[in-house]
Amino acid sequence: MNPLSDVPTAEIALRIRKHCVTMTHRAGTSHIGSCLSAADILAVLYGRILNVDADQPSMPHRDRFILSKGHACAALYAVLAERGFFPLSVLDTYCRNGSQLAGHATHNVPGVELSTGSLGHGLPVGIGMALTGKRDGKSQRFFCLLSDGECDEGSIWESALFARHHRLDNLIVIIDYNKIQSFGRVEDVMDLNPLADKWRAFGWAVREIDGHDLKEIQDALLQVPYEPQRPSCLIAHTVKGKGVSFMEDKLLWHYRSPRGDEFQQAMKELEQCK
Amino acid sequence: MRTAFIQTLIELAREDDRITFITGDLGFTVVEPFMEQFPRQFINAGVAEQNMMGMAAGMALSGKVVFTYSIANFPTLRCLEQIRNDVCYHGANVKVVAVGGGLAYGAMGFTHHATEELGIMRMLPGLVVVAPGDPQEARMATRAAAKYDGPCYLRIGKAGETEVHKKPVDFQLGKAIQMRDGEDLTLIANGGLLKTAAEVAEHLSAEGIHARVLSMHTLKPLDQDAVLAAARETRAIVTLEEHSVIGGLGSAVAEVLAEADDVKAAFRRVGLASGFLSAIGNQEYLHEQHGLTPAAILKQIAPILAATARPTSGRVLVSASRT
Repeated sequence: MNPLSDVPTAEIALRIRKHCVTMTHRAGTSHIGSCLSAADILAVLYGRILNVDADQPSMPHRDRFILSKGHACAALYAVLAERGFFPLSVLDTYCRNGSQLAGHATHNVPGVELSTGSLGHGLPVGIGMALTGKRDGKSQRFFCLLSDGECDEGSIWESALFARHHRLDNLIVIIDYNKIQSFGRVEDVMDLNPLADKWRAFGWAVREIDGHDLKEIQDALLQVPYEPQRPSCLIAHTVKGKGVSFMEDKLLWHYRSPRGDEFQQAMKELEQCK
Repeated sequence: MRTAFIQTLIELAREDDRITFITGDLGFTVVEPFMEQFPRQFINAGVAEQNMMGMAAGMALSGKVVFTYSIANFPTLRCLEQIRNDVCYHGANVKVVAVGGGLAYGAMGFTHHATEELGIMRMLPGLVVVAPGDPQEARMATRAAAKYDGPCYLRIGKAGETEVHKKPVDFQLGKAIQMRDGEDLTLIANGGLLKTAAEVAEHLSAEGIHARVLSMHTLKPLDQDAVLAAARETRAIVTLEEHSVIGGLGSAVAEVLAEADDVKAAFRRVGLASGFLSAIGNQEYLHEQHGLTPAAILKQIAPILAATARPTSGRVLVSASRT
Protein backbone atom coordinates (compact mmCIF):
# COMPACT_ATOMS: atom_id res chain seq x y z
CA MET A 1 0.00 0.00 0.00
CA ASN A 2 1.53 3.31 -1.05
CA PRO A 3 -0.01 6.49 0.39
CA LEU A 4 1.89 8.48 -2.24
CA SER A 5 0.57 6.64 -5.28
CA ASP A 6 -2.16 9.24 -5.87
CA VAL A 7 -0.05 12.23 -4.96
CA PRO A 8 1.47 13.99 -7.99
CA THR A 9 5.25 13.52 -7.98
CA ALA A 10 5.69 17.31 -8.16
CA GLU A 11 3.84 17.57 -4.88
CA ILE A 12 5.92 14.80 -3.30
CA ALA A 13 9.10 16.56 -4.40
CA LEU A 14 7.84 19.85 -2.99
CA ARG A 15 7.06 18.26 0.35
CA ILE A 16 10.57 16.77 0.44
CA ARG A 17 12.11 20.17 -0.26
CA LYS A 18 10.07 21.93 2.39
CA HIS A 19 10.89 19.27 4.98
CA CYS A 20 14.62 19.47 4.18
CA VAL A 21 14.76 23.24 4.49
CA THR A 22 12.83 23.10 7.76
CA MET A 23 14.84 20.22 9.22
CA THR A 24 18.22 21.73 8.44
CA HIS A 25 17.14 25.11 9.71
CA ARG A 26 15.80 23.75 12.96
CA ALA A 27 18.85 21.62 13.62
CA GLY A 28 21.39 24.16 12.43
CA THR A 29 22.88 21.58 10.07
CA SER A 30 23.35 21.61 6.34
CA HIS A 31 24.04 19.53 3.24
CA ILE A 32 20.85 21.26 2.10
CA GLY A 33 22.25 21.72 -1.43
CA SER A 34 22.84 17.96 -1.65
CA CYS A 35 19.32 17.20 -0.43
CA LEU A 36 17.58 19.56 -2.83
CA SER A 37 19.40 18.17 -5.87
CA ALA A 38 18.12 14.67 -5.04
CA ALA A 39 14.53 15.61 -4.15
CA ASP A 40 12.94 14.86 -7.52
CA ILE A 41 14.71 11.52 -7.86
CA LEU A 42 13.56 10.44 -4.39
CA ALA A 43 10.02 11.64 -5.08
CA VAL A 44 9.75 9.38 -8.11
CA LEU A 45 11.51 6.41 -6.47
CA TYR A 46 9.27 6.34 -3.43
CA GLY A 47 6.21 7.71 -5.18
CA ARG A 48 6.11 5.42 -8.16
CA ILE A 49 8.93 2.89 -8.43
CA LEU A 50 10.05 1.05 -5.31
CA ASN A 51 8.25 -2.07 -4.20
CA VAL A 52 8.45 -1.40 -0.47
CA ASP A 53 5.87 -1.54 2.31
CA ALA A 54 5.96 0.92 5.20
CA ASP A 55 3.98 -1.55 7.32
CA GLN A 56 6.57 -4.23 6.70
CA PRO A 57 9.92 -2.48 6.37
CA SER A 58 11.72 -5.83 6.36
CA MET A 59 9.42 -7.44 3.80
CA PRO A 60 11.44 -10.16 2.08
CA HIS A 61 12.18 -9.65 -1.63
CA ARG A 62 11.37 -5.96 -1.42
CA ASP A 63 13.19 -3.52 -3.68
CA ARG A 64 16.15 -1.96 -1.89
CA PHE A 65 17.26 1.64 -2.09
CA ILE A 66 20.62 2.62 -0.65
CA LEU A 67 21.47 6.28 -0.20
CA SER A 68 25.20 5.94 -0.74
CA LYS A 69 25.48 9.74 -0.56
CA GLY A 70 24.44 9.46 3.07
CA HIS A 71 24.85 13.16 3.79
CA ALA A 72 21.59 13.80 1.89
CA CYS A 73 19.72 11.84 4.55
CA ALA A 74 17.32 14.67 5.38
CA ALA A 75 15.73 14.11 1.97
CA LEU A 76 15.53 10.36 2.55
CA TYR A 77 14.00 10.77 5.99
CA ALA A 78 11.47 13.23 4.53
CA VAL A 79 10.31 10.88 1.80
CA LEU A 80 10.25 7.87 4.15
CA ALA A 81 8.01 9.79 6.54
CA GLU A 82 5.74 10.86 3.69
CA ARG A 83 5.60 7.22 2.56
CA GLY A 84 4.50 6.22 6.06
CA PHE A 85 7.57 4.51 7.53
CA PHE A 86 7.36 6.71 10.62
CA PRO A 87 5.34 9.73 11.74
CA LEU A 88 6.07 13.11 10.17
CA SER A 89 6.53 14.56 13.63
CA VAL A 90 9.77 12.57 14.01
CA LEU A 91 11.30 14.83 11.36
CA ASP A 92 11.14 17.68 13.88
CA THR A 93 13.77 15.90 15.95
CA TYR A 94 16.35 15.66 13.15
CA CYS A 95 19.89 15.96 14.59
CA ARG A 96 18.56 17.17 17.94
CA ASN A 97 19.79 15.66 21.18
CA GLY A 98 18.08 12.32 21.79
CA SER A 99 16.84 12.01 18.20
CA GLN A 100 16.60 8.81 16.18
CA LEU A 101 17.64 10.79 13.11
CA ALA A 102 21.37 11.42 12.77
CA GLY A 103 22.98 13.72 10.23
CA HIS A 104 23.88 10.78 8.01
CA ALA A 105 21.56 7.90 7.14
CA THR A 106 21.39 5.26 9.85
CA HIS A 107 19.86 1.80 9.76
CA ASN A 108 17.96 2.18 13.01
CA VAL A 109 15.43 4.29 11.12
CA PRO A 110 12.55 2.28 9.59
CA GLY A 111 12.98 2.16 5.83
CA VAL A 112 16.71 2.95 5.83
CA GLU A 113 18.54 -0.08 4.43
CA LEU A 114 22.09 0.86 5.37
CA SER A 115 24.00 3.32 7.51
CA THR A 116 26.07 5.48 5.18
CA GLY A 117 28.02 8.68 5.45
CA SER A 118 31.47 7.65 4.33
CA LEU A 119 31.32 7.87 0.54
CA GLY A 120 31.93 4.80 -1.53
CA HIS A 121 30.43 2.31 0.92
CA GLY A 122 26.84 2.05 -0.26
CA LEU A 123 27.48 0.61 -3.71
CA PRO A 124 29.58 -2.41 -2.66
CA VAL A 125 26.97 -3.32 -0.06
CA GLY A 126 24.25 -2.91 -2.69
CA ILE A 127 26.23 -5.22 -4.93
CA GLY A 128 26.32 -7.87 -2.22
CA MET A 129 22.56 -7.62 -1.88
CA ALA A 130 22.04 -7.66 -5.66
CA LEU A 131 24.34 -10.66 -6.09
CA THR A 132 22.44 -12.54 -3.41
CA GLY A 133 19.15 -11.63 -5.08
CA LYS A 134 20.41 -12.86 -8.42
CA ARG A 135 21.84 -16.11 -7.09
CA ASP A 136 18.69 -16.82 -5.15
CA GLY A 137 16.58 -16.14 -8.25
CA LYS A 138 14.59 -13.27 -6.81
CA SER A 139 13.01 -10.52 -8.92
CA GLN A 140 13.70 -7.59 -6.61
CA ARG A 141 15.67 -4.55 -7.80
CA PHE A 142 18.51 -2.78 -6.08
CA PHE A 143 18.89 0.99 -6.43
CA CYS A 144 21.87 2.99 -5.24
CA LEU A 145 22.12 6.80 -5.30
CA LEU A 146 25.65 8.14 -5.59
CA SER A 147 26.97 11.66 -5.55
CA ASP A 148 29.37 12.95 -8.19
CA GLY A 149 32.16 13.57 -5.68
CA GLU A 150 31.63 10.00 -4.51
CA CYS A 151 32.80 8.84 -7.95
CA ASP A 152 36.30 9.93 -6.88
CA GLU A 153 36.38 6.97 -4.48
CA GLY A 154 38.27 3.94 -5.76
CA SER A 155 35.77 1.56 -4.20
CA ILE A 156 33.12 2.80 -6.64
CA TRP A 157 35.22 1.61 -9.56
CA GLU A 158 35.98 -1.72 -7.89
CA SER A 159 32.23 -2.13 -7.66
CA ALA A 160 31.70 -1.04 -11.24
CA LEU A 161 34.07 -3.76 -12.47
CA PHE A 162 32.46 -6.41 -10.33
CA ALA A 163 28.85 -5.60 -11.15
CA ARG A 164 29.41 -5.84 -14.88
CA HIS A 165 31.49 -9.02 -14.62
CA HIS A 166 28.76 -10.68 -12.62
CA ARG A 167 25.98 -9.39 -14.89
CA LEU A 168 24.01 -7.72 -12.14
CA ASP A 169 21.16 -6.41 -14.26
CA ASN A 170 19.04 -6.14 -11.12
CA LEU A 171 21.28 -3.26 -9.97
CA ILE A 172 20.65 0.37 -10.85
CA VAL A 173 23.06 3.14 -9.94
CA ILE A 174 21.69 6.68 -10.06
CA ILE A 175 24.23 9.49 -9.99
CA ASP A 176 23.08 12.83 -8.61
CA TYR A 177 25.38 14.81 -10.90
CA ASN A 178 25.01 18.30 -9.46
CA LYS A 179 28.50 19.39 -10.57
CA ILE A 180 29.68 20.65 -7.18
CA GLN A 181 31.51 18.56 -4.61
CA SER A 182 32.73 19.61 -1.20
CA PHE A 183 35.52 22.02 -1.94
CA GLY A 184 34.82 23.17 -5.44
CA ARG A 185 33.18 22.41 -8.75
CA VAL A 186 33.69 18.88 -9.97
CA GLU A 187 35.35 20.10 -13.16
CA ASP A 188 37.91 22.03 -11.09
CA VAL A 189 38.63 19.42 -8.41
CA MET A 190 38.62 16.14 -10.31
CA ASP A 191 36.85 16.34 -13.63
CA LEU A 192 34.63 13.33 -14.15
CA ASN A 193 33.82 14.04 -17.79
CA PRO A 194 33.10 12.17 -19.85
CA LEU A 195 31.18 10.45 -17.03
CA ALA A 196 28.76 8.46 -19.14
CA ASP A 197 31.64 7.15 -21.26
CA LYS A 198 33.43 5.97 -18.15
CA TRP A 199 30.49 3.88 -16.94
CA ARG A 200 29.94 2.56 -20.47
CA ALA A 201 33.61 1.60 -20.67
CA PHE A 202 33.11 -0.37 -17.47
CA GLY A 203 30.35 -2.26 -19.28
CA TRP A 204 27.27 -0.64 -17.77
CA ALA A 205 24.16 0.34 -19.71
CA VAL A 206 24.00 4.12 -19.31
CA ARG A 207 21.25 6.72 -19.72
CA GLU A 208 21.42 10.44 -19.04
CA ILE A 209 18.49 12.60 -18.03
CA ASP A 210 17.53 15.96 -16.61
CA GLY A 211 17.42 15.04 -12.92
CA HIS A 212 14.67 17.60 -12.27
CA ASP A 213 12.30 16.53 -15.04
CA LEU A 214 9.90 14.26 -13.20
CA LYS A 215 8.58 12.63 -16.35
CA GLU A 216 12.09 11.89 -17.60
CA ILE A 217 13.01 10.44 -14.22
CA GLN A 218 9.95 8.24 -14.08
CA ASP A 219 10.29 7.00 -17.66
CA ALA A 220 13.96 6.22 -17.08
CA LEU A 221 13.34 4.33 -13.84
CA LEU A 222 10.46 2.34 -15.32
CA GLN A 223 12.68 1.10 -18.12
CA VAL A 224 15.38 -0.60 -16.03
CA PRO A 225 17.30 -2.73 -16.76
CA TYR A 226 18.43 -0.88 -19.83
CA GLU A 227 20.13 -3.93 -21.26
CA PRO A 228 19.97 -7.55 -20.20
CA GLN A 229 23.08 -8.91 -18.47
CA ARG A 230 24.34 -5.41 -17.69
CA PRO A 231 23.93 -3.25 -14.59
CA SER A 232 22.21 0.10 -15.27
CA CYS A 233 23.62 3.56 -14.63
CA LEU A 234 21.32 6.56 -14.73
CA ILE A 235 23.20 9.84 -14.77
CA ALA A 236 20.84 12.54 -13.54
CA HIS A 237 22.04 16.03 -14.39
CA THR A 238 20.97 18.13 -11.44
CA VAL A 239 21.55 21.46 -9.77
CA LYS A 240 22.85 21.64 -6.25
CA GLY A 241 20.27 23.49 -4.14
CA LYS A 242 17.57 23.12 -6.79
CA GLY A 243 14.27 24.72 -5.82
CA VAL A 244 15.55 27.64 -3.77
CA SER A 245 16.87 30.34 -6.08
CA PHE A 246 19.66 31.67 -3.86
CA MET A 247 20.92 28.17 -3.06
CA GLU A 248 21.13 26.92 -6.62
CA ASP A 249 24.52 25.92 -7.98
CA LYS A 250 26.45 27.23 -4.97
CA LEU A 251 29.13 25.41 -2.95
CA LEU A 252 28.18 27.48 0.09
CA TRP A 253 24.93 25.55 0.52
CA HIS A 254 26.78 22.30 1.00
CA TYR A 255 27.74 23.75 4.39
CA ARG A 256 25.48 26.61 5.35
CA SER A 257 22.37 26.14 7.39
CA PRO A 258 19.44 28.35 6.38
CA ARG A 259 18.95 30.87 9.18
CA GLY A 260 16.22 33.38 10.00
CA ASP A 261 15.65 35.39 6.83
CA GLU A 262 17.16 32.74 4.60
CA PHE A 263 14.79 30.16 6.00
CA GLN A 264 11.78 32.45 5.55
CA GLN A 265 12.79 33.32 2.01
CA ALA A 266 13.37 29.69 1.07
CA MET A 267 10.00 28.58 2.44
CA LYS A 268 8.28 31.48 0.69
CA GLU A 269 9.74 30.43 -2.65
CA LEU A 270 8.73 26.83 -2.10
CA GLU A 271 5.19 27.80 -1.04
CA GLN A 272 4.81 29.66 -4.32
CA CYS A 273 5.62 26.48 -6.22
CA LYS A 274 2.07 25.06 -6.00
CA MET B 1 46.24 -24.10 9.49
CA ARG B 2 44.84 -22.90 6.20
CA THR B 3 44.16 -26.46 5.06
CA ALA B 4 42.39 -27.10 8.36
CA PHE B 5 40.37 -23.96 7.77
CA ILE B 6 39.29 -24.86 4.22
CA GLN B 7 38.47 -28.46 5.11
CA THR B 8 36.32 -27.30 7.97
CA LEU B 9 34.62 -24.71 5.78
CA ILE B 10 33.79 -27.44 3.25
CA GLU B 11 32.15 -29.49 6.00
CA LEU B 12 30.24 -26.43 7.14
CA ALA B 13 29.08 -25.53 3.63
CA ARG B 14 27.77 -29.04 3.21
CA GLU B 15 25.67 -28.60 6.34
CA ASP B 16 24.51 -25.05 5.65
CA ASP B 17 24.00 -23.54 2.22
CA ARG B 18 24.06 -20.03 3.64
CA ILE B 19 27.83 -20.38 4.04
CA THR B 20 29.41 -18.12 1.40
CA PHE B 21 33.11 -17.81 0.70
CA ILE B 22 34.58 -14.71 -0.93
CA THR B 23 38.25 -14.61 -1.83
CA GLY B 24 40.25 -11.59 -2.89
CA ASP B 25 41.78 -13.52 -5.80
CA LEU B 26 43.92 -15.72 -3.55
CA GLY B 27 43.99 -19.35 -2.48
CA PHE B 28 45.66 -21.08 -5.43
CA THR B 29 45.88 -24.85 -4.72
CA VAL B 30 44.11 -24.31 -1.41
CA VAL B 31 40.63 -23.09 -2.17
CA GLU B 32 39.81 -25.11 -5.29
CA PRO B 33 38.06 -27.95 -3.42
CA PHE B 34 35.55 -25.47 -1.99
CA MET B 35 35.08 -23.76 -5.33
CA GLU B 36 34.52 -27.05 -7.14
CA GLN B 37 32.06 -28.47 -4.63
CA PHE B 38 30.11 -25.30 -3.92
CA PRO B 39 30.28 -23.04 -6.99
CA ARG B 40 27.13 -21.18 -5.98
CA GLN B 41 28.57 -20.43 -2.57
CA PHE B 42 31.91 -19.20 -3.90
CA ILE B 43 32.91 -15.78 -5.21
CA ASN B 44 36.23 -14.42 -6.38
CA ALA B 45 36.07 -10.68 -5.80
CA GLY B 46 39.33 -9.99 -7.57
CA VAL B 47 42.03 -7.75 -6.14
CA ALA B 48 39.44 -5.33 -4.77
CA GLU B 49 39.17 -5.62 -1.02
CA GLN B 50 36.94 -2.64 -0.32
CA ASN B 51 34.31 -3.96 -2.69
CA MET B 52 34.83 -7.45 -1.29
CA MET B 53 34.14 -6.38 2.26
CA GLY B 54 31.18 -4.14 1.40
CA MET B 55 29.74 -6.94 -0.67
CA ALA B 56 30.27 -9.37 2.22
CA ALA B 57 28.23 -7.07 4.45
CA GLY B 58 25.49 -6.84 1.81
CA MET B 59 25.32 -10.61 1.47
CA ALA B 60 25.28 -11.11 5.22
CA LEU B 61 22.49 -8.55 5.55
CA SER B 62 20.65 -10.64 2.96
CA GLY B 63 20.87 -13.77 5.09
CA LYS B 64 24.18 -15.37 4.17
CA VAL B 65 26.96 -16.49 6.52
CA VAL B 66 29.95 -14.93 4.82
CA PHE B 67 33.65 -15.74 5.07
CA THR B 68 36.05 -13.33 3.34
CA TYR B 69 39.55 -14.60 2.64
CA SER B 70 42.84 -13.04 1.79
CA ILE B 71 46.36 -12.91 3.18
CA ALA B 72 48.42 -10.76 5.53
CA ASN B 73 46.85 -7.31 5.94
CA PHE B 74 44.80 -7.32 2.75
CA PRO B 75 41.48 -8.46 4.21
CA THR B 76 41.79 -6.12 7.19
CA LEU B 77 43.81 -2.95 6.82
CA ARG B 78 42.98 -2.49 3.14
CA CYS B 79 39.26 -2.38 3.91
CA LEU B 80 39.29 -1.34 7.55
CA GLU B 81 36.53 1.22 7.27
CA GLN B 82 34.29 -1.29 5.53
CA ILE B 83 34.82 -3.72 8.41
CA ARG B 84 34.02 -0.96 10.90
CA ASN B 85 31.05 0.73 9.21
CA ASP B 86 29.48 -1.93 7.02
CA VAL B 87 30.21 -5.11 8.98
CA CYS B 88 30.59 -4.23 12.66
CA TYR B 89 28.16 -1.33 12.85
CA HIS B 90 25.44 -3.45 11.25
CA GLY B 91 26.34 -6.60 13.21
CA ALA B 92 26.66 -8.30 9.85
CA ASN B 93 27.44 -12.01 9.97
CA VAL B 94 30.82 -11.74 8.28
CA LYS B 95 33.97 -13.67 9.27
CA VAL B 96 37.13 -11.99 8.03
CA VAL B 97 39.86 -14.58 7.49
CA ALA B 98 43.51 -13.69 7.08
CA VAL B 99 46.02 -16.38 6.16
CA GLY B 100 49.65 -15.68 6.97
CA GLY B 101 49.23 -13.83 10.23
CA GLY B 102 52.36 -12.66 11.96
CA LEU B 103 55.60 -13.42 10.16
CA ALA B 104 54.33 -16.50 8.34
CA TYR B 105 55.17 -14.99 4.94
CA GLY B 106 58.77 -14.65 6.06
CA ALA B 107 61.02 -13.61 3.22
CA MET B 108 58.16 -12.06 1.26
CA GLY B 109 58.84 -8.98 3.37
CA PHE B 110 57.14 -6.28 5.40
CA THR B 111 54.13 -5.74 3.14
CA HIS B 112 53.19 -9.38 3.80
CA HIS B 113 53.70 -9.38 7.57
CA ALA B 114 50.55 -8.98 9.63
CA THR B 115 52.04 -7.60 12.80
CA GLU B 116 49.76 -4.76 13.88
CA GLU B 117 46.37 -5.92 12.70
CA LEU B 118 45.31 -7.88 15.77
CA GLY B 119 45.59 -4.71 17.81
CA ILE B 120 43.68 -2.72 15.25
CA MET B 121 40.93 -5.32 14.90
CA ARG B 122 40.68 -5.57 18.68
CA MET B 123 39.58 -1.96 18.80
CA LEU B 124 36.59 -2.41 16.53
CA PRO B 125 33.35 -2.63 18.50
CA GLY B 126 31.40 -5.83 18.06
CA LEU B 127 34.19 -7.84 16.45
CA VAL B 128 35.30 -11.18 17.91
CA VAL B 129 39.05 -11.61 17.30
CA VAL B 130 40.68 -15.06 17.23
CA ALA B 131 44.26 -16.15 16.51
CA PRO B 132 44.34 -19.99 16.72
CA GLY B 133 47.69 -21.52 17.62
CA ASP B 134 47.59 -24.81 15.74
CA PRO B 135 45.55 -26.69 13.14
CA GLN B 136 43.22 -28.19 15.73
CA GLU B 137 42.45 -24.74 17.14
CA ALA B 138 42.01 -23.45 13.58
CA ARG B 139 39.43 -26.13 12.81
CA MET B 140 37.52 -25.47 15.99
CA ALA B 141 37.77 -21.70 15.64
CA THR B 142 36.32 -21.93 12.13
CA ARG B 143 33.39 -23.95 13.40
CA ALA B 144 32.87 -21.64 16.35
CA ALA B 145 33.04 -18.57 14.12
CA ALA B 146 30.45 -20.03 11.73
CA LYS B 147 28.13 -20.84 14.61
CA TYR B 148 28.54 -17.40 16.22
CA ASP B 149 26.03 -14.93 14.83
CA GLY B 150 28.09 -11.80 14.29
CA PRO B 151 31.34 -10.32 12.99
CA CYS B 152 34.58 -12.24 13.59
CA TYR B 153 38.22 -11.90 12.61
CA LEU B 154 40.06 -15.19 12.25
CA ARG B 155 43.83 -14.88 11.88
CA ILE B 156 45.51 -18.13 10.90
CA GLY B 157 49.00 -19.20 9.93
CA LYS B 158 49.84 -20.95 6.71
CA ALA B 159 50.52 -24.54 5.88
CA GLY B 160 52.50 -27.16 7.69
CA GLU B 161 52.24 -26.04 11.30
CA THR B 162 52.53 -28.76 13.93
CA GLU B 163 49.71 -29.70 16.23
CA VAL B 164 50.65 -28.12 19.55
CA HIS B 165 47.84 -29.75 21.50
CA LYS B 166 48.59 -33.45 21.69
CA LYS B 167 45.00 -34.38 22.35
CA PRO B 168 41.55 -33.00 21.54
CA VAL B 169 40.74 -29.78 23.37
CA ASP B 170 37.51 -28.16 24.45
CA PHE B 171 37.43 -25.03 22.34
CA GLN B 172 35.09 -22.17 23.14
CA LEU B 173 35.35 -18.62 21.89
CA GLY B 174 36.43 -16.38 24.73
CA LYS B 175 37.81 -19.20 26.92
CA ALA B 176 41.54 -19.72 27.27
CA ILE B 177 42.79 -23.30 27.09
CA GLN B 178 45.09 -24.26 29.94
CA MET B 179 47.76 -26.49 28.45
CA ARG B 180 49.74 -27.08 31.59
CA ASP B 181 49.56 -25.82 35.13
CA GLY B 182 52.23 -24.32 37.32
CA GLU B 183 52.67 -21.64 39.95
CA ASP B 184 55.98 -20.02 39.15
CA LEU B 185 54.77 -18.06 36.18
CA THR B 186 52.16 -18.05 33.44
CA LEU B 187 52.88 -17.93 29.75
CA ILE B 188 49.95 -16.59 27.74
CA ALA B 189 50.26 -17.03 23.99
CA ASN B 190 48.29 -17.20 20.77
CA GLY B 191 48.82 -17.75 17.05
CA GLY B 192 52.33 -18.45 15.82
CA LEU B 193 53.91 -18.35 19.28
CA LEU B 194 51.70 -20.96 20.95
CA LYS B 195 54.18 -23.63 19.97
CA THR B 196 57.03 -21.48 21.29
CA ALA B 197 55.27 -21.01 24.61
CA ALA B 198 54.92 -24.78 24.96
CA GLU B 199 58.64 -25.20 24.26
CA VAL B 200 59.63 -22.50 26.72
CA ALA B 201 57.54 -24.18 29.40
CA GLU B 202 59.21 -27.52 28.64
CA HIS B 203 62.68 -25.98 29.04
CA LEU B 204 61.71 -24.29 32.30
CA SER B 205 60.28 -27.51 33.63
CA ALA B 206 63.65 -29.19 33.15
CA GLU B 207 65.10 -26.43 35.33
CA GLY B 208 62.53 -27.03 38.02
CA ILE B 209 60.48 -23.95 37.13
CA HIS B 210 56.85 -24.72 36.59
CA ALA B 211 54.95 -22.55 34.17
CA ARG B 212 51.23 -22.44 33.57
CA VAL B 213 50.58 -22.16 29.84
CA LEU B 214 47.42 -20.60 28.51
CA SER B 215 46.40 -20.62 24.88
CA MET B 216 44.57 -17.30 24.66
CA HIS B 217 43.26 -17.98 21.16
CA THR B 218 40.50 -15.40 21.53
CA LEU B 219 41.94 -11.94 21.84
CA LYS B 220 38.51 -10.44 22.13
CA PRO B 221 36.58 -11.17 24.23
CA LEU B 222 39.67 -11.84 26.35
CA ASP B 223 39.30 -14.50 29.06
CA GLN B 224 39.75 -12.02 31.90
CA ASP B 225 39.02 -14.64 34.56
CA ALA B 226 41.90 -16.76 33.34
CA VAL B 227 44.22 -13.74 33.39
CA LEU B 228 43.19 -12.76 36.91
CA ALA B 229 43.49 -16.34 38.16
CA ALA B 230 46.98 -16.50 36.70
CA ALA B 231 47.85 -13.20 38.38
CA ARG B 232 46.68 -14.47 41.74
CA GLU B 233 47.93 -18.03 41.53
CA THR B 234 51.30 -17.56 39.81
CA ARG B 235 54.07 -15.06 40.40
CA ALA B 236 54.64 -13.64 36.94
CA ILE B 237 52.79 -13.33 33.66
CA VAL B 238 54.52 -13.26 30.31
CA THR B 239 52.59 -12.77 27.08
CA LEU B 240 53.95 -14.11 23.80
CA GLU B 241 52.68 -12.94 20.43
CA GLU B 242 53.87 -12.86 16.84
CA HIS B 243 52.67 -9.28 16.71
CA SER B 244 53.69 -5.85 17.90
CA VAL B 245 53.87 -5.50 21.67
CA ILE B 246 51.65 -2.46 21.16
CA GLY B 247 47.96 -3.13 21.08
CA GLY B 248 47.71 -6.90 20.87
CA LEU B 249 47.67 -9.72 23.39
CA GLY B 250 50.22 -8.14 25.72
CA SER B 251 48.32 -4.88 25.84
CA ALA B 252 44.99 -6.63 26.36
CA VAL B 253 46.39 -8.60 29.31
CA ALA B 254 48.11 -5.48 30.70
CA GLU B 255 44.80 -3.64 30.70
CA VAL B 256 43.22 -6.33 32.85
CA LEU B 257 46.15 -6.48 35.25
CA ALA B 258 46.46 -2.72 35.60
CA GLU B 259 42.83 -2.33 36.61
CA ALA B 260 42.66 -5.34 38.94
CA ASP B 261 42.78 -4.75 42.66
CA ASP B 262 44.87 -7.53 44.07
CA VAL B 263 47.49 -8.32 41.49
CA LYS B 264 51.03 -8.87 42.67
CA ALA B 265 52.31 -10.82 39.69
CA ALA B 266 55.10 -9.28 37.66
CA PHE B 267 54.35 -8.80 34.00
CA ARG B 268 56.27 -8.70 30.73
CA ARG B 269 55.24 -8.59 27.09
CA VAL B 270 57.21 -10.58 24.54
CA GLY B 271 56.59 -9.81 20.91
CA LEU B 272 57.85 -7.57 18.16
CA ALA B 273 59.17 -4.19 19.10
CA SER B 274 57.34 -1.61 17.06
CA GLY B 275 59.27 -0.81 13.94
CA PHE B 276 60.16 -1.96 10.48
CA LEU B 277 61.92 -5.29 10.46
CA SER B 278 65.06 -4.87 8.46
CA ALA B 279 66.03 -8.55 8.51
CA ILE B 280 64.98 -10.69 5.58
CA GLY B 281 64.45 -14.42 5.85
CA ASN B 282 61.99 -17.16 6.63
CA GLN B 283 59.74 -17.18 9.67
CA GLU B 284 62.23 -19.07 11.86
CA TYR B 285 65.05 -16.78 10.85
CA LEU B 286 62.93 -13.73 11.62
CA HIS B 287 62.12 -15.23 15.01
CA GLU B 288 65.86 -15.54 15.65
CA GLN B 289 66.50 -11.98 14.54
CA HIS B 290 63.74 -10.58 16.68
CA GLY B 291 64.03 -12.50 19.90
CA LEU B 292 61.10 -14.85 19.42
CA THR B 293 62.88 -18.21 19.68
CA PRO B 294 62.57 -20.25 22.90
CA ALA B 295 66.23 -19.50 23.69
CA ALA B 296 65.83 -15.79 23.22
CA ILE B 297 62.65 -15.72 25.24
CA LEU B 298 64.21 -17.66 28.10
CA LYS B 299 67.00 -15.11 28.18
CA GLN B 300 64.53 -12.25 28.04
CA ILE B 301 62.49 -13.52 30.95
CA ALA B 302 65.40 -14.61 33.15
CA PRO B 303 65.35 -11.32 35.10
CA ILE B 304 61.66 -11.59 35.85
CA LEU B 305 62.11 -15.16 36.98
CA ALA B 306 64.98 -14.11 39.20
CA ALA B 307 62.96 -11.29 40.67
CA THR B 308 60.01 -13.50 41.44
CA ALA B 309 61.87 -16.63 42.52
CA ARG B 310 60.83 -18.04 45.82
CA PRO B 311 63.74 -17.48 48.25
CA THR B 312 63.63 -20.93 49.87
CA SER B 313 63.17 -22.97 46.73
CA GLY B 314 66.84 -23.80 46.33
CA ARG B 315 66.33 -24.33 42.65
CA VAL B 316 68.80 -23.34 40.01
CA LEU B 317 67.80 -20.29 38.04
CA VAL B 318 67.65 -20.84 34.33
CA SER B 319 70.90 -20.24 32.52
CA ALA B 320 70.53 -18.96 29.02
CA SER B 321 73.86 -20.40 27.90
CA ARG B 322 72.61 -23.92 28.47
CA THR B 323 69.69 -23.64 26.10
